[in-house]
Amino acid sequence: MARVIVVTSGKGGVGKTTTSAAIAMGLAKKGHKTAVIDFDVGLRNLDLIMGCERRVVYDFVNVINGEATLNQALIRDKNCNLLYILPASQTRDKDALSQEGVGKILDELKKDFKYIVCDSPAGIEKGAHLAMYFADDAFIVTNPEVSSVRDSDRMLGILSSKSRRAELNEEPIKEYLLLSRYSPDRVKLGEMLSVDDVQEILSLHLLGVIPESKSVLNASNSGMPVILDEKSDAGQAYADIVARYLGEDKPHRFIDEKKGLFGMFFGGK
Amino acid sequence: MSLLDYFKISKASSASLAKERLQILVAHERSSRNQPSYLPQLQKELLEVIRKYINVGQDAISVNFEQNDTQETLELNIVLPEHQSKTF
Repeated sequence: MARVIVVTSGKGGVGKTTTSAAIAMGLAKKGHKTAVIDFDVGLRNLDLIMGCERRVVYDFVNVINGEATLNQALIRDKNCNLLYILPASQTRDKDALSQEGVGKILDELKKDFKYIVCDSPAGIEKGAHLAMYFADDAFIVTNPEVSSVRDSDRMLGILSSKSRRAELNEEPIKEYLLLSRYSPDRVKLGEMLSVDDVQEILSLHLLGVIPESKSVLNASNSGMPVILDEKSDAGQAYADIVARYLGEDKPHRFIDEKKGLFGMFFGGK
Repeated sequence: MSLLDYFKISKASSASLAKERLQILVAHERSSRNQPSYLPQLQKELLEVIRKYINVGQDAISVNFEQNDTQETLELNIVLPEHQSKTF
């Protein structure tokens, strides 16, 4: 059975597109045929993060309007042949997406794909609503910062009342917390909310912590999902997250501060 | 305990402040999330009716909606002004 995952947050700039690109690539690398869809109509960026911006011919809205087939619009990823990208349209018409149209495309994708990752736009407008409406699982990307935590909680309320599963009284969407841009040293100094703090406030199942990392900007600069940078901490954090989502038992990492030079030499491992 | 730890505890960290503020805010927002959307309008109209008879202020009325497993309760609380003769 195919599963639809929405990557959402409410707040902008917390790492939704970075996360969508990374987990879609991670799932595909694990051998699951995966599609990742950009729902940010008018402000598409997933294509840039995935490094396929020059190969966009048709987009999501073209498919909804019947101007292109799904196969024409899907872009096969250059690094992994099990991964496909459906770019958003750059139209300024914010009503370009319809619930019926999105539902039809997802149903068609479900026949062929194991996972469908929906990269939600920020906010709680139509694009964000449609990105989460058909979801089976929700990845809530949150930064350890007041406005992000508050918006995540707001998003949780919307998931539990406005989604298709909620409207049809089905089993609720499974919600997972992904805490990104985490700085263990600042947490230690009492300058940043800890994982436990955020979990206590949101009461969500923690899928993983992604540390604040230079590798994320390096990855977006070069158009390679950060998970492909296997040496980087953020890349490893996303690999762990994908493994945990698929049911593997991986202890949490990147929650405690890095060992200093002394610790690296004498602290073992 | 090192000297450094001592100084850390003596001052509330900004993270604990953030946590406290968020806990209050989130609890408040969650309780109002399940309320029916007609509540503000109901409150406004009730206030207009009461004001026909009694001179009360904007915040003299509070409407609370509560929900538990078996029932929904709408609680209406109106604070009457003190007797006219007492007012100056």
